Amino acid sequence: MDREALARETYGILTSDKLTYRQKLIQLAKQAENSLEVLHIPEKFAKYFETRALCDMGEGNAPYRPRYVMVDYERFMKQGSEFLKIEPPKTLDEAIFALLTLYYHVPSITTMPVYIGNLDTLLDPFLDGLSDEEVKAKFKLFLNYVDRTIADGYCHANLGPKDLRATRLLLECEKELKNAVPNFTIKYDIDETPDDLMEQAILCALECANPAIANHKAHKDTYWDYGISSCYNILPLRGGSYILSRVVIPRLAKMADSTEQFLEEVLPDALLGLGQYMDERIRFLVEESGFFQSSFLVKEGLIERENFTAMFGVAGLCDGVNYLLRDSGKRYGHDPEADDLADRIMTIIADFAASYPAKYCEASGGHYYLHAQAGLSTDEGVTSGVRIVVGDEPESLYAHLRHSARFHRFFPTGCSDIFPFEVTARNNPAAVLDIIKGAFREGDKYMAIYQSDSDLVRITGYLVKRSDIEKYDSGQVVLQDTVQNGSSNYKLNRLADRKVRSNA
Amino acid sequence: MHKTAAAGPLRAPVNRILEHTLVDGPGNRTIVFFQECNIGCRYCHNPETQRMCIGCGSCVDQCPAGALRLEAGRVIWDRELCVGCDTCIHVCPHYSSPKVTEMTVDEVYEEIRRNIPFIRGITVSGGECSLRLPFLQELFARCRNLSLTCLMDCNGTVPLWDEPVMEVCDGVMLDVKAWDEGCFRRLTGAGNSVVKENLRHLSEMEKLEELRIVCLDGWVDAPEVIRGIAQTVTEKTKRETLLKLIRFRSMGVRGELAKAPSPSGAYMAELEKLARQLGFENIRVV
Repeated sequence: MDREALARETYGILTSDKLTYRQKLIQLAKQAENSLEVLHIPEKFAKYFETRALCDMGEGNAPYRPRYVMVDYERFMKQGSEFLKIEPPKTLDEAIFALLTLYYHVPSITTMPVYIGNLDTLLDPFLDGLSDEEVKAKFKLFLNYVDRTIADGYCHANLGPKDLRATRLLLECEKELKNAVPNFTIKYDIDETPDDLMEQAILCALECANPAIANHKAHKDTYWDYGISSCYNILPLRGGSYILSRVVIPRLAKMADSTEQFLEEVLPDALLGLGQYMDERIRFLVEESGFFQSSFLVKEGLIERENFTAMFGVAGLCDGVNYLLRDSGKRYGHDPEADDLADRIMTIIADFAASYPAKYCEASGGHYYLHAQAGLSTDEGVTSGVRIVVGDEPESLYAHLRHSARFHRFFPTGCSDIFPFEVTARNNPAAVLDIIKGAFREGDKYMAIYQSDSDLVRITGYLVKRSDIEKYDSGQVVLQDTVQNGSSNYKLNRLADRKVRSNA
Repeated sequence: MHKTAAAGPLRAPVNRILEHTLVDGPGNRTIVFFQECNIGCRYCHNPETQRMCIGCGSCVDQCPAGALRLEAGRVIWDRELCVGCDTCIHVCPHYSSPKVTEMTVDEVYEEIRRNIPFIRGITVSGGECSLRLPFLQELFARCRNLSLTCLMDCNGTVPLWDEPVMEVCDGVMLDVKAWDEGCFRRLTGAGNSVVKENLRHLSEMEKLEELRIVCLDGWVDAPEVIRGIAQTVTEKTKRETLLKLIRFRSMGVRGELAKAPSPSGAYMAELEKLARQLGFENIRVV
C-alpha cells in the first residue's frame, strides 16, 4: 500500500465513530506494523496471494507476537510470577486476582488472550469451605470482568474432562450470565465425563451456545497436552501457534484449467508457496521480533518456544469441490464422487504437510499441522474448513455427522461443526448427548450446538449476540470487536439458514 | 393385498420412519409410524395415519409433482418425484395417505440399524402400533440384540398384558385419553375399559415408560384422568413414571377442533398441582 493510501486509512480509523477507543488503538497499531516491509515474500506465494487463493489471514506485515499463546496457567498457579510480583494464590479471591492480572499481559493476534485456561481445574482447588452461592458470586464477577475487558469473542476457556465441583458451578454461572466472552469448550471423554454433567453442559449450550464440545479422546495425544483456543484451535499447552495461514480451495480451483491439472500442478505448487511463506513469517517472529527473547512468559516457563507449532489452514473445501464438479452438478456432502474428490484433495494437502519440514515446530514433529480454518468476515463463497455449505446440509443428521467424521480426521489442530437444535431439545438433553456420543464414536472431533431461537449465535466458531449485530448495523458502538466480523459473516454466509435439527 | 398373504415374511404398512426424535421417549431414538388406527380421536394431530388407503384416487390429480398415479385400483407413490408438500394428505377424504409403504421386519430393521451409534433405542407409534403385535415382537427381538431399547407409544385399546411382545418390549408410553367412558367415546368413538386394564397390568409389570394426557378443557376430563390413574397404578409408577401433561395444540387437527384454542397456562398449572397432590413425582407439562 502506498504512503498516501495508508495515511488515509489510518485517518479513517482514528476518526471513526463506530469504534471504541481500544478498538482504534489496536487497528492503529496494525497500520504501523503494515507500514513495514521486512518479510522476504516467496514468489510462489505472491502469485497465489494476488488471487487470495493463499491468504495470510491479515496477520500483519511483521509478526511480533505469536497468533495464539497457550499459557500454562497451572504452572503459574503453583509458582506465581516474579515479573508480576504475584505469590502463588491460596484463596479463591487470590486465584481470581492472579489470573485476571496475568490475562492482561497475555498477547495474541487480537492483542487479547485467546486462551484463558482450563478454568475448572484451575479454580477447583480453592473452593473448600465456600458455599455454592459464595463461589458463584465470585465466579460471576470473574466471568463478567473477562467479558467486559477481554472484549473479544475469540477468547476461549476450557472445562473438563473431569467432573469437578467448579465445572458444574461455572456452567451454572454461564447459563445465568449468557455472556459472549469467553467462549467455552468442554473436553468430553466418553468414558470419563459423566452423562449428567454433559446433560448440564448441553442445557447450558442450548440456552447460551456455550460450551462447545470437544472429543477429548481424539485430541489428547496430539501433543504432550493441549488446550483449545479461539475458533477451535487444538494447540500444545505451554506454547501455542506462531501463525495461521491458509489455502482457499475455491479460489485456487478457479486458477486451474481442469480437475486433473488442479490436483497435479496448481494445488501442489500453491501448497509449496504457502509452506515457504509460513517459514518466513516464523523466521521473523522467532529470530528477529524479539518476542521469545524478551517475554516474561518465556523467562518464567509459562510458555516455551519449543511448544509452539503453526497451523496450515484449509478453507472452502466444499465450494472448491462443487466448483470443480460444476458441469456434472455433483455436490460435496451429497454425491460419493464429490466426497471422493474432496478426500483426494485433502490427502494431497495432508501428505504435503507431513513431508514438508517446518523449522521451530518441534511440538508437531517438525511439520505444520492442518487446521480447518473457519473463515474471515470478508469471505464470500468460502465455507468454513471442510463443512458443508449452509443451506445444502444433508437431510439426515447422521449422514451429516458421518461426513464430518470422514474429513475431521485430517485435522490435528482443530476442525468443527455447528448444529442448531430446535427448542424441544431442551426437554431431552439426553437425546442430544446420544447424538454427540454417536458422532464422537464415528470420529467427529468437535461439535458446537445452540438453540435455533437463542440470542447468542455461533458465527464460524466465535459467539456473537444477534442483538449486538443489530446495534452495530444501526451505527452504534459495541464493546466486542468480534461483532464487526460477525455482522458481515452472518449475512455473507447466510448463517440464519443453517439447517435446524428438530425431531424430523 | 400383502396383508392377506398367508406365507412369507410379516409385513406392516409404515407411514414413515424418522431417524431421530427428541420427543418420543428417553434419549435419542428412531421412531416408526405405522399406518392405521382402531379409533378416531377428534384431536388427532396426524389424522392421515388413521386409515388404509382405499385407492379412490382423489389425491392423484392434485399432486403438483406428478408423483402419484392410479394403477389397478391402487395409488402408487413415486418417492423420487415427491417434493414432500403433503397436498395428498390434506386432500384425502379418508384420513389416509398414499405415501405408505408395506415393509417387512427386515426392511424396517435395516433402516433402524444404520442409525447406530447415534440412537439408544426405537419407539413405535402410529396410527396404532398395537395393531401389529406379531410384527413388533419380531422387530423388537432383533433390535434388542443390538442393545437398543424398544418402546411402544400406544392408545391402550388392545390388551397387551398377556401378549408375548411384552417380553421384548421395554416399556409402553400409554396415552390415557379420557377417564369417563362417555367422555372417551365422544372423543374417540370407542370405549376405554381395556385402556384401564392395560394401565393396571402394565403398572404392575413395571412396563409403563410414560403416561400421557392431551389436555383440552371441555373435551378431556383431565382431572378425572389424573385421579383415575392415581387410583389404578402402583406407588412406584406414581413416583417414577413420567406423567406428561400435553397442552392440546390445533396443528394438523381436522374437523370441529381444527381451530380450538389451547388450554391456558393456569389450567395446566392446576393440573400439575393436582397430580403432585396425588403423589406423582415425575411430571412434565409440554
